[in-house]
Amino acid sequence: MSGPEIKPEERLAATLARLILDPAAPPARHIAVGAASPIPAAACWLVKKSGHPVRLSLLHKRSGNPFTEGSRELFDLTGQGRIDLFFLGGGQIDGQANINLIGTGEWPGTGARFPGSFGSAFMYMMTPRTILFREEHSPRVLVEKVDNISAPGLSAPGVFRRGTAQALVTGRAVFRFDPARGRFALESAHPGEDVASIRAATGFDYDEPAHLPATPDPTPEQLALLRGPVRDEMIETYPEFCARVFGAAEKKDAAA
Amino acid sequence: MNPETLEASPEALAARVPDGAMVALPPDNSLPSVALAKALIRRGARGLRLLGVPVSGFATDILIGAGCVAEVQTSAVSLGEAGFAPRFTAALKEGRITVRDATCPAIHTMLQAAEKGVPFMPLRGLIGSDILANRPDWRVIDNPFAGGGDPVVLLPALSPDFALIHAAMADREGNVWLGRRRECATIAHAAKATFVTVERLHDGNLLEDERLAPGTISATYISGIALAPRGAQPVALLDEYGVDAGFIAEYARAARTEEGFQAWLARHVTEQHEEALA
Repeated sequence: MSGPEIKPEERLAATLARLILDPAAPPARHIAVGAASPIPAAACWLVKKSGHPVRLSLLHKRSGNPFTEGSRELFDLTGQGRIDLFFLGGGQIDGQANINLIGTGEWPGTGARFPGSFGSAFMYMMTPRTILFREEHSPRVLVEKVDNISAPGLSAPGVFRRGTAQALVTGRAVFRFDPARGRFALESAHPGEDVASIRAATGFDYDEPAHLPATPDPTPEQLALLRGPVRDEMIETYPEFCARVFGAAEKKDAAA
Repeated sequence: MNPETLEASPEALAARVPDGAMVALPPDNSLPSVALAKALIRRGARGLRLLGVPVSGFATDILIGAGCVAEVQTSAVSLGEAGFAPRFTAALKEGRITVRDATCPAIHTMLQAAEKGVPFMPLRGLIGSDILANRPDWRVIDNPFAGGGDPVVLLPALSPDFALIHAAMADREGNVWLGRRRECATIAHAAKATFVTVERLHDGNLLEDERLAPGTISATYISGIALAPRGAQPVALLDEYGVDAGFIAEYARAARTEEGFQAWLARHVTEQHEEALA
């Protein structure tokens, strides 16, 4: 390949884009992306710049923010079922797709305190699908059981919810979530990882295929989009991320 | 404007916020009055109960660090790209503040109930979250409009004593303009009193201008206004100025320790003000 080598962030963005476009999942017509999520934001822009019609509501984009009633409007839209896909992370994520944004130890996080739950206790249940994303893939993040549940991966029968986790993407691997079984299955491992390294870095039990595929590289077309038009859309909101991942600023016409 | 509405300075507004009051602040991307937070620190406010609508940021962290806060009700406390809020985290660890965790739409909904004057409102989601398990003031009922077997959460109306907002401008009628950040209107509608710092005064009536009226909060809801140019800094104000990420990152580093925070506070809140007055 002639261009600079593929950055892990670029592979993650392409991986998330593939999951967004998964034909087996409910359609993603309107995606919201929350705070401090440059890689999910890049994935959404990649989907859009690839020509797929999708409405993106990027909550931390200062200019062109779509909401005139702030995050209240996001939650009202989601309550109605008009946001199709959201991304959530977690200080801890467990094998039943519960997420903990509160902290470790006793309530409210007497061990390590995390920032708090944001809108997760609502978004996870009211969005038809959620992609869980956390770059750190270690036994302290991916735990058997979270210390505190900010938002549950599964709900008791009769409790209204539109969907749950579609997948969990980390810096090492991709897992699919099966809500019927309440269990993750390893789908692919990123370059440099194998069955044993993923098992060693994961604190919860999961299913594993007989042959573990490698997470695909972004295509040359995807890389060109990420390094050009996607970068241009993201530079205002995530200047440090863009400089680190996509390199120093180029003139727009030079990239085109 | 009601002659009592326009105060000479943020200090004059801060003097009207008693110790122990419940004070609502919007998050860093939605026009908190950092100028009023600093004035509360300078007046030595104590026992404040802060409400993050729906999350908390820089202003909350400095108020906690300065010892002004007894309780924080919020959905998250964060300095954005600068990471965790260090004084919040330290105070929680040391047991100096009570933290009542919520989730964003629940805070909006409690204020919307207050705005409507109804005792409670339902909200979907939340069931199965430990947030709900730790909120004895939130209830689950069976939806009376369904045939049974549809649990739904009820949230009580919440009316903060004060909302503290920074807006672009105020007119002489006491109306304030904050552009697309109309979620601040819900806070003002729900609060018993709303104090607003502004960049400048506007000649003419904001509500008489069809293009400005939708971004205006009516004087009906506004109890006090003071001029405070750059009063949102280091956070952003609409398209007028951006967030000063370098300043916040420097704060986050300094505030990792109590000594570092006190030095930061003296330099940026206390002494700076004395110099300005001198």
